[in-house]
Amino acid sequence: MTASSAVIRRGTIFSIVLGLVFLAAWQWGPGLLGIPSFIIPPLSAVWHEFWRMVAVNGLMFHTGITAAEVIAGFLLGSLLGACFGYLLGMSPTAEFALSPYILGLQIAPKVAFAPLFILWMGFTVYPKILVAILIVFFPVLVNVLSAVRTVDPDLINLARAFKATRAQIFWKIEFPASLPPLFAGLRIGSTLAVVGVVVGELVGGNTGLGYLLAFGEGQANTPMVFVTILMLTVVGGIAYLAVVLLENRVLHYLPERAVTGF
Amino acid sequence: MLPVSAPGEINKQATMSDLLRLEYRNVTMRFTDQAGKSLTAVQDVSLSLRDGEVVSLIGPSGCGKSTLLNIGSGLAAPSEGAAFVDGEQVSGPNAHVAFMLQKDLLLPWRTILQNVMFGVEVQGVPPLERESRAKALLSSLHLTDFASHYPHQLSGGMRQRVALARTLAVDPTVLLLDEPFSAVDAQTRMVLQRELAQTLMREKKTALLITHDLLEAVTMSDRVLVMSRRPGRLVDELRIDLPDRHDPIARRHHARVTDYVNVLMARLGIDEHMASGAVA
Repeated sequence: MTASSAVIRRGTIFSIVLGLVFLAAWQWGPGLLGIPSFIIPPLSAVWHEFWRMVAVNGLMFHTGITAAEVIAGFLLGSLLGACFGYLLGMSPTAEFALSPYILGLQIAPKVAFAPLFILWMGFTVYPKILVAILIVFFPVLVNVLSAVRTVDPDLINLARAFKATRAQIFWKIEFPASLPPLFAGLRIGSTLAVVGVVVGELVGGNTGLGYLLAFGEGQANTPMVFVTILMLTVVGGIAYLAVVLLENRVLHYLPERAVTGF
Repeated sequence: MLPVSAPGEINKQATMSDLLRLEYRNVTMRFTDQAGKSLTAVQDVSLSLRDGEVVSLIGPSGCGKSTLLNIGSGLAAPSEGAAFVDGEQVSGPNAHVAFMLQKDLLLPWRTILQNVMFGVEVQGVPPLERESRAKALLSSLHLTDFASHYPHQLSGGMRQRVALARTLAVDPTVLLLDEPFSAVDAQTRMVLQRELAQTLMREKKTALLITHDLLEAVTMSDRVLVMSRRPGRLVDELRIDLPDRHDPIARRHHARVTDYVNVLMARLGIDEHMASGAVA
């Protein structure tokens, strides 16, 4: 607990007031400023569009598709990133040999691969998942790699002095020591996974929120674009929250955990 | 003048077993630095500790004291010579030696009890036995109430006591202690020194204590060895003929403690270096 209860109480009230002010400004601001509703539709129009999309456009179906792609891409991407991170972290030779290629791949904008993957795999869910894997992979890899490399050598020596095997050193020292940076990487990855999936859906296919985004744009339906952006934020938010909840459970031993984790 | 409070102690020292627990024979350690130059950290060091003896090792910074400790615990192999524990040549980490550093090296994700059990767990002691051993140690070091706490919830002095419990849990015959109390405040240090001294006496452990603190060396040990500036060589040995080795706080009051400290200061040449401003 870093914040005192007074700070939490005042902060919560302020937060709620700020939210209400924002919603009110959204509802009445554009009208007062003379901004046409096809530029910024008021809150109520977006609200109506939401229910219309649920009924007519299968909003929940598309949200489900996107969410499933995000989960698959995030899980596979972080699993691969963590595995490579541990392997490279334990083998300086492999790290030295592979680092230029990893750096190259890291610099390449991952979303630019989306059209390529669609050429390879067609208008299925797979290219979207693949973009998400690629984009999640690197932050997780980099965090795990640096965590394994920065484990206190005296801790390793302590374990060695007790005659620990290589596997024991990994499971009892290196792996637990790498968990805080791993979770930092997972947090970043959880939001990036949504980016990867949406770009994939924008580029091709007729499912997912990215498709609805492109569809709404084609129809010049601004409220539809707003609703879709909100739904994407919800999907990303839930993914992020899931990581934070897991992190708070796993890393409960750390001092001064943030109150909410946001 | 204080009466000699425990003549039994002196007898105990005199009749101490002649079995050599820890021995360094002509140990030399060379490193290659980044420029590729060979650097001698320790040169031809021979020393031996009898069963139950506590010996301190003092010397200027960088004289290779910690190198000797790494060799004794089997973490480093000497360039020449060898270390022996209970007459067996040290060829790698072994269960008879345990070390404790200035850093407590507690694992933040383990509770205090789990931290104490770390060594025995790695060594494959059955769960029930490791737990009972750890609990007994926690109780003797007044840490029972903190068994389920995490390290960050404890003070530096308590954490160091947990580290001591972890070191003792593997039941080593030889303890290698590298400035174990130099990071805690002066008052806590005195308490910890006494706990360590009592534990060493009670468990009849042999210990090599590396320290910068001359008073600590005098109050805690049977002998003090003095090392030279790099390349580190043993240049002197001082037998501490004082009672109360199990209680450094009581020993502090002994009038001759100051004499011993002065002798050590002179042998380290601390006065001269102060004058020339060359103290490290």
